[in-house]
Parts: sequence; structure tokens; C-alpha cells
Amino acid sequence: MSSNESSSTPVKSTGLHVGAIKPGVAKKDPILVADGVHRQFGGLVAVDVEHVEIPRNAITALIGPNGAGKTTFFNLLTGFDQPDRGAWSFNGNSLAKLSAFKVARRGLIRTFQLTKALGLLTVMDNMKLGSTEQTGEKLSASLFPFLWKKQEIEIEAKALEILTRFKLDTKRDDFAASLSGGQRKLLEMARALMTNPELVMLDEPMAGVNPALTQSLLDHILNLKKDGMTVLFVEHDMQMVRHIADWVIVMAEGKVVAEGAPDEVMKNPAVIDAYLGSHQDIDLGAVTGRITLPKISKEK
Amino acid sequence: MDFLAIFNSSISFILAPTTIAYALATLGLAVHFGFGGLLNMGMAGFMALGAYGYAIGVLTFGLPWYFAAFVGIGASVVFALILGIPTLRLRGDYLAIVTIAAAEIVRLLLLSSAFGGITGSADGLSGFNGPGGTITNPTVGAGGFNESNPIPPGDYGFVPFLDNERTWYLRIVGIIILTLAIFLVWRLVNSPWGRVIKGIREDEDAVRSLGKNVFAYKMQALIIGGVLGALGGLMLAFSTNVNSSVYVTSLTFFLWTALLLGGAATVFGPLAGSIIFWVLQAFLGLLFPALADAGLMPFTTIQAAQIKYIIVGFALVLLVVYRPQGLFGNKKELTFVK
Repeated sequence: MSSNESSSTPVKSTGLHVGAIKPGVAKKDPILVADGVHRQFGGLVAVDVEHVEIPRNAITALIGPNGAGKTTFFNLLTGFDQPDRGAWSFNGNSLAKLSAFKVARRGLIRTFQLTKALGLLTVMDNMKLGSTEQTGEKLSASLFPFLWKKQEIEIEAKALEILTRFKLDTKRDDFAASLSGGQRKLLEMARALMTNPELVMLDEPMAGVNPALTQSLLDHILNLKKDGMTVLFVEHDMQMVRHIADWVIVMAEGKVVAEGAPDEVMKNPAVIDAYLGSHQDIDLGAVTGRITLPKISKEK
Repeated sequence: MDFLAIFNSSISFILAPTTIAYALATLGLAVHFGFGGLLNMGMAGFMALGAYGYAIGVLTFGLPWYFAAFVGIGASVVFALILGIPTLRLRGDYLAIVTIAAAEIVRLLLLSSAFGGITGSADGLSGFNGPGGTITNPTVGAGGFNESNPIPPGDYGFVPFLDNERTWYLRIVGIIILTLAIFLVWRLVNSPWGRVIKGIREDEDAVRSLGKNVFAYKMQALIIGGVLGALGGLMLAFSTNVNSSVYVTSLTFFLWTALLLGGAATVFGPLAGSIIFWVLQAFLGLLFPALADAGLMPFTTIQAAQIKYIIVGFALVLLVVYRPQGLFGNKKELTFVK
């Protein structure tokens, strides 16, 4: 498999930060900057991020124990939830108070922890839906096929190309509901690509996916970076994080507690304390995370 | 027992104005629920607004019938906006609760004697189709829908479709409106717009995450379905007087029965469902009293006439359990069960 080659030698981006590494360290070229983002549910402070920057054209992993506020932070950044206070900007433009669909139109696309494939639409329709600025999606234009037929053909060609890359092309006319859990994850990621995103935010892309498929998912994530996109992902599988992430941000109790290159971060005592577990062998070089850490191996 | 009469009478419902009215409103429900996933339990309210808007347009404002028809349609659009703005941001079930309540509010306002001068209160409105007008104002309704009829007076057709020029005109107008509506809906749901709407039915957050303005799409679907409901109400008003006792919640449920019968996410299902619903209703409604009359059933004639509702309810349960996609729905596309 040609993909083995690329996944076994991911090209790590280094030198992403400016100055000494600490939580909230400045990046050379940040794509997303968040400041004082605070979200409280009743008495629980779910997210309280002072400052964090996501480096451009790199793969950043967001890790942390269950309930650390990772998904809530994702929701806040993408407009699916509104914070109590805070500001954040994408490419220098503020995204605060923007609704989710407007955030998506700026080029910040997310996937969901619980995969959202549109079950009663075909795989192809799922893909086509991802395409932006379709004339035929306007109510008035939709009645006149000659206005959108040409665009539709182009979209279909593009969708087919991406589906082929994700090895879903044979499923194009099946309902998405008939796909397996892992294939739905692939479809969701493929659909996100249809929007030509700049920043792809993946919420647990590996959860519930078998090892062979994990391999191909990894390749797809690495390819995103190769194609000039920025990736931010939440993941509990430390092997994966170590393998593909250029930068790791650790959250605990709503705060960013550590940042750094994967190998450095995992040696950080605060991270071991909050997440990896204090009994964990500090030398994580030969980690088979799941075996030694059954408690944190997978969320849900 | 005259089986032929019962049979003919039932078959005549295939092309009855009422059936066409139901088909239009059910098509509206298909847009709402079948394609858009919007649980509208208040279609009767949209129909009432269509019918009353038209009648009041003629009687109170003295508009020609075709302009008055737009009053009814306009009223349904406003109703959709009022319903949609607060509820479409919420989850689907809330829309169901709000629409059922809103439709009742509409009906009770039309029934209320406070607006009796305009709505006719419990008596409803009549004479708006002209000619002749009302007793108090004989000129009202002149030049109305009936007078626009180009068909010379007389009976046309053959049994069971033997009717006077008025019924035939109504039928032809109804079929034209219905054909246009079905074509329009077919065109819409098979376009990229329809794809977005169906995506929203499946999971609106996923569609939102792809940069589509979900709220706007849901509002458009609510309005389009609502206008189709109003057209159904218009058809009823063209054929007879309007009265608030017609636009009750059970009317909405009859529409739902027709929709589920035909198939929720289909374009022709609503028409087929409405035809089957009405032919069956008419058949059973005539058959049971006739059987009771002949002493073959242990009920009075009046009791026997009600049995059809029990049968319809029972059929609906069986349908939802064993064929949730409806008679014409794609077997793979079980809109009901997820």
C-alpha cells in the first residue's frame, strides 16, 4: 500500500513557536488565535482558555482528559456554542458571535465526535452537499436546472475524485446509513474537503475505527497538511498523536495546561499528572498506550 | 342495498374538489415533513388562513376573486413567518407543539364573536364565490370565482363523473393548480436546494457545519409548504362556504394519514394518499350505514357511519408499523424510523 510509505514517514513541522514554550506561547504564523474564551454551564466552568494560537499548515493535536472542555472549545470556535466572553480570530478576522454556518463559510470546517453522516442521502449527495456557493441551492435558481446543471457536473466530478481517494467511490449510490462506522468517518472527512477548507477541525477522527482504517485515516490527515491545510484534532490515542502531530496542546479542566512538540509535551509532569497518569512510564518512546493505560485509551 | 350507487359515489371522490384540496395540503406536509423534517401539526391553520383570507378578501375588501386568493396565500406566508422565527431555531418537536397550538389559535380567533363582523363567527362565511352575494349585501361576490367559469351551464361527463359546469370548472382549476404544484415540488426536491433540505432533515448540525444557512432553508420550506396548505384551503373555499368547524385538528390528522399512506418523502404520494383516503372514507361511510340499514350490522345507521374513523385510525397504525415509508415510498428510505 502506497499509503504506508507516507504514514510511516510524516514530515514534521518544527520551529512553530516564538520564544520559550509555555501554555499560550506565540506562534510564528498562527491561523487561529483565541483570547480569554470562557464558557460556563451553571456552576461548571467548561472552558477557560486564556490565550492559545494554532499554527498554520501544521497538524495540531488537542488532548486532555474526559471533560477537559475540548469538544466545548471546538463548539465555541466553530459557532455551535456561544461563550460567555472571549475573542478569537481566524486569519486575523474575528469570529466572535458569528453563527456556525458563517464560520464554515470562512473556511473553518469541523467534524463531529459522533459522526454526522446524512443517513438517507446517498454518499454522492452527502459529498455534493459539501460544495460551497452552489447556484442551485438558491430557491429561485433551483427551479431552473439550466442555471446549475453545469456546476452540478463539475461538483460531481470533484466529489468522485475525492471519494476515489477515500476508497468510497464504489459506495457512491448507497445511502450513507448503509456505511460502517469507520466509512462514515471517512465520508464525513471527505465531505469536509468538498468545502475547500483552510482549517479542518476533527473531533476524535479515530474513535471506533479499526486499525487498518486508522492507517488510512492517518494518511488522509497527513495529506490535508500536504495540500496546504491546517488540521486541529482531538484524539485520545497517544500513538497517533505522537505519530502525526506537529504540535500538541493539552487541556485540563477547561484550561490550556501545556503545549509543545509531542515528545516534549508527553514528558511534561503537568501533562502526566492531568492526563497520561502519574504511574505511566515517563519514557513513552515505546508506548503501546492502550495496553498500559486501559483507563484512558478511548473515550466512549 | 345499492352497491352500484355506493361504488359510483366512492369513485367520484377520485376527482372531487375536496380530494384535490387535500392533495394540495398534503403535498405541503410532504415538503414540511417528508423532505424538510419539519413536524407541522397545524396544517389546518394554514388551510383556514387560505380559505378565510380569500373569503374575507372578497366580502370585506371587495377584491376580485383572483386578488382575494392572494390575500389567503399572503396570510399563510405571514403565519409561517410568525411560527418559524421563534421555533425553527429549536429542535423539531417544539415546532410540532407550537404549530398544533397556533392552528387552534387561528381557528378560535376565526370562531370568536369578537371579529364576527368579518369572520362570520360560528356561521362562517358564504356567498363570496358569487353570484348573488349575501343577503345583506347582494352585490358582493359579483364577478366572483363562479362567474369566471367559461363552461356553459349544463351537465357533463359520465357516471360517476357526471356533474354540472360549476363542479367541472372547479375540478379543472384544481387539477391545473395541483399539477403545477406537483411539478414545482418535484423540481425543487430534485435540485441542489432539495438536497440541502433533505440534509437538514437528516441532521441540521452537519449541514450547518458545511456553511449552509439552515434557518433560512427551513423557513423557505415552511413557507412553501404553508402556501400549498393555503392553496388547499382555497380549493375548499372555491367549492363551498368557509366555516371554522372544518379547520379543526382532526383535519390536520387526516392530512397526515393521507401523507403517510402515500409516502412522506415522495412527490406523488400525497396525491395518491389523498385519493385513497377519500375514496375509502366515502366507501366505508356509505357501506356501513347501508349494512346497518339492511340489518347486517348491530349498530344504528348513525353509529355505523362513525365506524370508518375507527378503521382509518387502525389502518394508520398498521401502516406506520408495517410500511412506514408509505405505499409509494422507497423501501430503503424509512423516513419514520431512524
